[in-house]
Amino acid sequence: MSEPIRLTPSPQLRRRYRAEKRFKAYCIGALLLAMAFLVLFFTDMIRQGHMAFVQTEIQVEAAYNERSVDFAKRAVDEDVAPLVSRAWFRSLPRRVEHRPELMGTTRTEWVTAKADIDQYRKGNVDTLPPETLAVYERLDREGRVGYGFNTNFFTNGDSKIPENSGLWSAFVGSFYVMLIVLTISFPIGVMTAIYLEEFAPDNRFTQAIEININNLAAVPSILFGLLGLGIFINFFGVPRSSALAGGLTLSLMTLPIIIISTRAALRAVPQNIRHGALAVGASRWQTVRDHVLPVSLPGILTGTIIGVAQAMGETAPLIIVGMIAYIPDAPDSITSAATVLPAQIFTWAGMPERAYVERTAAGILVLLGLLISLNAFAVYLRHRFERRW
Amino acid sequence: MIFFGGLLPLTAFAYYLGRRRAVAFTTHGTRMHSLPGQYGTVVAVWVALPALALASVAAVAGLAGVEVPAAPFVFVACLLVAAGGLGLGLRTVHPRMRARTAIDRMMYFLLLGASLISILTTFGIVISILFESLKFFSMVSVWEFVTGTTWSPVAHYRAGQVTAESQFGAVPLFAGTFMITLIAMAVAVPIGLFSAIYMSEYASFKVRSTAKPMLEILAGIPTVVYGFFAAITVSPLVVSVADSLGLDASATNALAPGLVMGIMIIPFISSLSDDVINSIPNSLREGSYALGATKSETIKKVLLPAAFPGIMAATLLGVSRALGETMIVVMAAGQRANLSANPLEDMTTVTVRIVSALTGDQAFDSPETLSAFGLGLALFVVTLVLNLVSIIVIRRFRQSYE
Repeated sequence: MSEPIRLTPSPQLRRRYRAEKRFKAYCIGALLLAMAFLVLFFTDMIRQGHMAFVQTEIQVEAAYNERSVDFAKRAVDEDVAPLVSRAWFRSLPRRVEHRPELMGTTRTEWVTAKADIDQYRKGNVDTLPPETLAVYERLDREGRVGYGFNTNFFTNGDSKIPENSGLWSAFVGSFYVMLIVLTISFPIGVMTAIYLEEFAPDNRFTQAIEININNLAAVPSILFGLLGLGIFINFFGVPRSSALAGGLTLSLMTLPIIIISTRAALRAVPQNIRHGALAVGASRWQTVRDHVLPVSLPGILTGTIIGVAQAMGETAPLIIVGMIAYIPDAPDSITSAATVLPAQIFTWAGMPERAYVERTAAGILVLLGLLISLNAFAVYLRHRFERRW
Repeated sequence: MIFFGGLLPLTAFAYYLGRRRAVAFTTHGTRMHSLPGQYGTVVAVWVALPALALASVAAVAGLAGVEVPAAPFVFVACLLVAAGGLGLGLRTVHPRMRARTAIDRMMYFLLLGASLISILTTFGIVISILFESLKFFSMVSVWEFVTGTTWSPVAHYRAGQVTAESQFGAVPLFAGTFMITLIAMAVAVPIGLFSAIYMSEYASFKVRSTAKPMLEILAGIPTVVYGFFAAITVSPLVVSVADSLGLDASATNALAPGLVMGIMIIPFISSLSDDVINSIPNSLREGSYALGATKSETIKKVLLPAAFPGIMAATLLGVSRALGETMIVVMAAGQRANLSANPLEDMTTVTVRIVSALTGDQAFDSPETLSAFGLGLALFVVTLVLNLVSIIVIRRFRQSYE
């Protein structure tokens, strides 16, 4: 029996193997770094924003009588009044009007605290004026301070009173804008894609359209804002800050995304289907309408949803067309001044009060949640209905 | 609205009449060229199209300032045209008339028209920017704009105020933009490229199918969110790190938005490079392995040189993204035009100035507001060149391996 031959790599080969390992490590490192950014980003946003979903409330004895309707601060004890949200006082006469049976009663109620108190309780600021702090600590000992779910954040519009501000008007604005984007860019985008994939002759003009669309997909979004300002607002007289102006601008921006993804979906349909339809005498339009489109619809919808999700997060062009106005009430039509979720986030991010930082981060969490569910829905759609040929 | 409300039932009625006429022919035993519904559609188009055309001509003329008769007259005129269309359309319904072919041709032009909208969009951008920037350049010389090193517009709250003190030298803005872009690319290119190489050459199918969507999430995060992240988290971090190194960093330093922008661009670089590397035929890889090269040697010596044009194109697209990115720099970079090579100082960018010029309270004709369009023009030209080069390179690259 001879000894088994033991292969020892030469020093050169060993060096090459080491280089191989090193290179692979760089690659993994790069990917891990990208993932680490993602994790860091999400933990940071959650850390900053999660507390905004609850809000500090104070238990007060609220007296509803003629005096407190005239001068709302009288409704609660004098020492507690500086801790209660101005929004609560301001809306007191309206509440009495809505529910006249409140008049003349004194009730124990949990009311929204001022943003300063809220931020102090959450540990975001460490100081309060001494008198306020004393009252706060007394109430806290008596168990009259607590957290409640922040309904204001979802049911109110923007407000100059931090604890009273919410996302509702931005929700409505975003809804209008998305509706406009969908009704304009979906049909036009799909028709363009059908033309380019199914009808267009392969000539220079068609190539020019293609290059132009690819370029539009990469044009900085702010330039679409300048287009919206120059053409829609200044030339066609669309009202500034309106959902219509923003929606039209974003439609043009979403168009190339929908075109590109629809073309990919149409290209995935095998030629056999077209040939089959043409062979039994269908015209080209009938082939597309009755055979190609139904098969590629899931792909088209997926691309559309992704495009709309992108438009939903867009801010820069909307700033240019004036959609960062202060909107306390939800817009009631597509031509009245409106704001959208990302624009609301931008506005809050520029506010000096500490309480808005938390609300900004919470707004971001809501926006990201919406976008991720939209994208997840698109992915589901693709997996559920996609056909492989 | 009323107009559409009036036209819609008329069109439906036309469809019905056209269809009935075609059916009448068939019941008399005549063989028609097309299906009855197709004749109906043709008649409906005869009704709707001329009326719509007249209405839109009136609307455009009204916008352009031409004297147009009052709305009720236009409405009645449209209805008359529609009725005329109905008569003419019904007369065309005939056994030998090729309704199906006519529909095909109409659809062709409709689709062609839709695809022209994207071209109109490009024209719209060019026109809207060009006209206003011509106004701007009639107040400020192009030479001063391109070579001047001081950007200090003086606010004008009323139109026609004296404009003597304003200076519009855009060099510091371009410099700031390029500095931030450079930082972003320094982050995005290595990370994006190495991730792409890992995913296309090393990763198993399972790793790939989770890592790729994760990276795509980075691309789906709205820029306003990145801006907030840069301003609230990264900027203070940069300042405190610089502090501990004994360096002085501004609170609105250029490094933080640059870094965050880099993170944003990683997925653009990685997914495009991934596509490019994947489209290289396997024979190149196998040839290299057959010569005894290791995987990394194959990547470095064979795949990367082959993929170079594509990777270059991806990088150029990334640069174009970075130049035009707005929200991150608006929220995290400075407002002061500052010509400096130190990334820890605050500096501003073209897009920041566009936004601040258009959100101020100035009169629309003030040079500061118009300067936004001048800057927009510069941005458009630069990104257009970058995009076109990279689009054409990618097209060539795809074709060369098909």
